[in-house]
Amino acid sequence: MSESPVTTAMAPASVPLPAPAAVLAGVKTLLYKEVLRFWKVGFQTVAAPVLTAVMYLLIFGHVLQDRLQVFEGVSYTGFLIPGLVMMSVLQNSFANSASSLVQSKITGNLVFLLVTPLSHWSWYVAYVGASMVRGLVVGLGVFAVTLWFAPPSFAEPQWIIVFALLGSAILGSMGVIAGLWADKFDQMAAFQNFIIMPMTFLSGVFYSVKSLPPLWLEVSHLNPFFYMIDGFRRGFFGVSDVSPWLSLAVVGGCYLVVASVALHLLKTGYKLRS
Amino acid sequence: MAAVSIQSLSKTYKGPRGDFKALDDVSFDIGAGEFFGLLGPNGAGKTTLISILAGLARASSGSVTVMGHDVQAAPAAARRALGIVPQELVFDPFFSVRETLRIQSGYFGVKNNDAWIDELLAELGLSDKANANMRQLSGGMKRRVLVAQALVHRPPVIVLDEPTAGVDVELRQTLWAFIGRLNRQGHTVLLTTHYLEEAEALCQRIGMLKQGRLVALDHTANLLSATASTMLRFKTDQALPPDLAPLARITGRIVQLKAHDAAEVEQQLARLRQAGVGVEDLEIGRADLEDVFVQIMRSGAPADVAANAHQTVEVTS
Repeated sequence: MSESPVTTAMAPASVPLPAPAAVLAGVKTLLYKEVLRFWKVGFQTVAAPVLTAVMYLLIFGHVLQDRLQVFEGVSYTGFLIPGLVMMSVLQNSFANSASSLVQSKITGNLVFLLVTPLSHWSWYVAYVGASMVRGLVVGLGVFAVTLWFAPPSFAEPQWIIVFALLGSAILGSMGVIAGLWADKFDQMAAFQNFIIMPMTFLSGVFYSVKSLPPLWLEVSHLNPFFYMIDGFRRGFFGVSDVSPWLSLAVVGGCYLVVASVALHLLKTGYKLRS
Repeated sequence: MAAVSIQSLSKTYKGPRGDFKALDDVSFDIGAGEFFGLLGPNGAGKTTLISILAGLARASSGSVTVMGHDVQAAPAAARRALGIVPQELVFDPFFSVRETLRIQSGYFGVKNNDAWIDELLAELGLSDKANANMRQLSGGMKRRVLVAQALVHRPPVIVLDEPTAGVDVELRQTLWAFIGRLNRQGHTVLLTTHYLEEAEALCQRIGMLKQGRLVALDHTANLLSATASTMLRFKTDQALPPDLAPLARITGRIVQLKAHDAAEVEQQLARLRQAGVGVEDLEIGRADLEDVFVQIMRSGAPADVAANAHQTVEVTS
């Protein structure tokens, strides 16, 4: 009997090369899936962080309202609101990509994505895009609720948009890095609690860094989160601790670094493909 | 063109306790439209081979192509041509069955695929579960969804990694009827299974892996005839004569003796009679794939099968 493989029938036509439309459809699907994933548990992923931010506002605003004035003509509560909005944007952008990746790795369902033709760029755009959506939705939620507490002002709104987008993209990218690196939930929680949380809390959300002793002022200037918050706040009040252009340069540079690292890890299949 | 071509494939996993060679210079082709079985004991390298095929692991050396596309140089094209049913029963708990299939279809850039999704659901007996959350499904139902996910982009090559492990008879029959139909329509199928009767019934050719090496590769019929094709089975409470005992497979009271033909069966029965061994429930049957498998795994490849395997590799490389 011949040793050549049996050919019982013609195989279906070979699959055509990926047309740009097919690639775009793939990215859109993954983005949609990632958004749907957090939206289906919206109480946990959107409502809870909004409530947390409002608690901060109620407590700190109540305690410090009559004792502190950071910017001329701006109440402490008014000052606090943009910081809390940005903090929520940043923390939730990080949480989305990080928890989705870790969860998919642990449950094993990441295999469904690994066997697809989606490139590392597609993964990056979809995971970070969905993180930005969650961060911005939570940020908008916090902002909407805080309208009850202080009238908003939009002195230089372009900075609000620029820093919200860049900040959420940076944290979404960091979430991808953490999600790829972490093998279990407590490693991801460590990343969140020991890196992300201190950097956001110590970035000037609750105070102006100018009120700090000189050493801590210098240290704060090494924290990229400070520039995100300061630039974002500039958009509301037209005043900031440093020039918004300096903040843009730092935050933009920071984005390029974390995006490059995340893309490199995705491209090399770090902890994804053995 | 071969649907799947595997050339000199090796994979070494580096670990703290030294290197582990999961695949060692494996080469074979699977023709377009073929139903191919890959067999071997646990740890033989079957899942490693499939992981490399699917892009989940990288080869240490050698190459693999799917429909002519190299899995490492052109991963997107290779993966479009491939549908993988993974061994692990994994699922995404956030979504319903239909959402899961629509999403998987979208990843491959296949939009408006509901007609095919409905057909898959019907073929796999999942129509009434379409809107159920994945978490609500039984293990067997989840397995069906895995099969549907692998087929949702209509891949020409289907890989099933132990798809019937731990599933009920009904699903097995449904699954094999459906996969058989797809195979007749031209889809290439690569199957790994622990159920050797499935491989014997379904696969046109079979490759066997042992400790990362390909130890057999031939048409199923050739493999069966390459070893003793007749099997004498009986029960006895007595010891076999010393010349027959080493040839027998003994399980409790049940004795199995291989024979090449009827004349050899007669000789064996005569020896038993001479030795005064009382025989009950005597049967004469054909050797099945399990016998071939056991023989190959015990001894390495029988000489003729090994020669065939080598020849096949050379012919197809």
